[in-house]
Amino acid sequence: MEAGTLTRSSTPRAGVRLPGVGAGLGRGLVVLYLSLIVLLPLAAMTDESLGKGLGAFWDSVTAPQAVSALELTLIASLIVVVVNAVFGTILAWLLVRDRFPGKAAVNAVVDLPFALPTIVASLILIELWGNHSPLGIDIALTKAAVVVALAFVTLPFVVRAVQPLLMEMDREMEEAAASLGAGGFTIFRRVIFPNLLPGLAAGVALAFARALGEFGSVLLFAGGIPGDTQVSSVYIKQLIENGNNTAASAVSIVLLAASVLCLLVVTLIQRWGSRHERSSGAGVTSMPLSGFDSSAPGPAPGDGEGDDERR
Amino acid sequence: MSAGSGVAAGATSRWGLRVLGLGYVFLLLLLPLALIFYKTFEDGISPPLDAITSPDGLHALKLTLLMVAIAVPLNTIFGVGCALLLVRHRNRSNPLIDTVINLPFAISPVVIGLALFVLYSTNGGWFGPGLAEAGIEVLFSVPGMVLASIFVSLPFVVRETVPVLQEIGTEQEQAASTLGANAWQAFWRVTLPAIRWGVAYGVVLTTARVLGEFGAVSVVSGSISGQTQTLPLFVAKEYENFNLAGAFGASVLLALLALATLLAMNLLKRKEDA
Repeated sequence: MEAGTLTRSSTPRAGVRLPGVGAGLGRGLVVLYLSLIVLLPLAAMTDESLGKGLGAFWDSVTAPQAVSALELTLIASLIVVVVNAVFGTILAWLLVRDRFPGKAAVNAVVDLPFALPTIVASLILIELWGNHSPLGIDIALTKAAVVVALAFVTLPFVVRAVQPLLMEMDREMEEAAASLGAGGFTIFRRVIFPNLLPGLAAGVALAFARALGEFGSVLLFAGGIPGDTQVSSVYIKQLIENGNNTAASAVSIVLLAASVLCLLVVTLIQRWGSRHERSSGAGVTSMPLSGFDSSAPGPAPGDGEGDDERR
Repeated sequence: MSAGSGVAAGATSRWGLRVLGLGYVFLLLLLPLALIFYKTFEDGISPPLDAITSPDGLHALKLTLLMVAIAVPLNTIFGVGCALLLVRHRNRSNPLIDTVINLPFAISPVVIGLALFVLYSTNGGWFGPGLAEAGIEVLFSVPGMVLASIFVSLPFVVRETVPVLQEIGTEQEQAASTLGANAWQAFWRVTLPAIRWGVAYGVVLTTARVLGEFGAVSVVSGSISGQTQTLPLFVAKEYENFNLAGAFGASVLLALLALATLLAMNLLKRKEDA
């Protein structure tokens, strides 16, 4: 190897240059794509929401139907994330620590809501829990339907957020606690659960953000009856169909703000939780959503080092 | 057969957890899915099959596949390029780019549709009138639906590629560089093979998302039968018209695609972990 090549390769660059384009041009292209696809439409919508002035914005957002839709959306989402936090953690536990026939199938099925179109989810839920229900249970067109639909689509968020943390967890702490006489539930409460908390919180925040905006699965099953079973997304659709884009944009901004807040919470939790972050990508977060997290650098609270501080 | 070492879980509590967890999954996810398969083929295969092979049904299927054919490659190229940028080139704008990429997870599909609608509306939108003069229709037409599909499925390839890139480090590419490879060669022959399972997983997630997209495309396309109706929109329309065979048939088709997606996800997860 010539000295020139060696010198070049020993320059402390972050790594490979983008193939064919310089980093500057690459960044420009990325920003252009994001602006065109994501930012410009959102900017146009924000502009539209204020199109008739702040007074009209406020009126749209505080209209009785808007408020009742938002209330239903918030309350149902809250119930759902609490329920799924419990069941999701149980499922993650079963998938990581237990052994039973069909475990691999259950592990795959957990991702079903990610893969299934939401409108199909709505349909299958109506068939099972609606007025042709073979179980004789009819909750279609009720508020309960909203909760069930949201639970369906958000379950994987919690399971996939907790699973990697459970997998990485160091059993020594649990064994130590057991040798000190702690029973199963105490060990869970004081040793395991605190370590799951970052993943659980992130999964819950993501699930909440998803639940706030969920549309397809709620549409047919809950019916979107104004003032009764109409969530904000369905209300927005109604406003659009009535040609009232300004009011729809206003209500959308409010809903968007709530969801973006959840995203920020997730980002903060990730930063707080990942003490052993590899330093290649500044500020890049990897949200718990896929099975690849177990092989990816992420929050590793269970490796024994930082745990004394955590207590 | 002990559960976790250290956690003294009695047999009752273990079975209790199993009943709760597995029962929940069964009731919430599996039972509805099984029921729809049963109900669809209750009267044989021809009612749903006829409904799907009707002109509207076939057009919906073709349109859905068209969305996938356009949105997935675009988001894949963007995704890999953006991941390379975020991981290999530190910059103050990286956290901002990262936030924008995660936005589609936080925005309701209806809101996405509305935002596109407002931007491209020929009635006062920023781009609408100009594009209309050039003869380009975005709303109630394929371009708008493609834009919606791209928006909702944007993050997946990036987010699945980033961790893999972070993990493989730059040593191999630097080695290739010392052997005389230029940036493109290093990427094509060193980086890409190393990240291919992460990218593949992202592609599968993207495809599933585009296939199933409903709310955004519904707003942007107007769901005009035989013209701007994708398969999910077809399901909704058939159901609303009490055409259950059509709704169920299309649903089963989409459900089968979803199960194929799950299978692909599983296989790819194992490749990545191996």
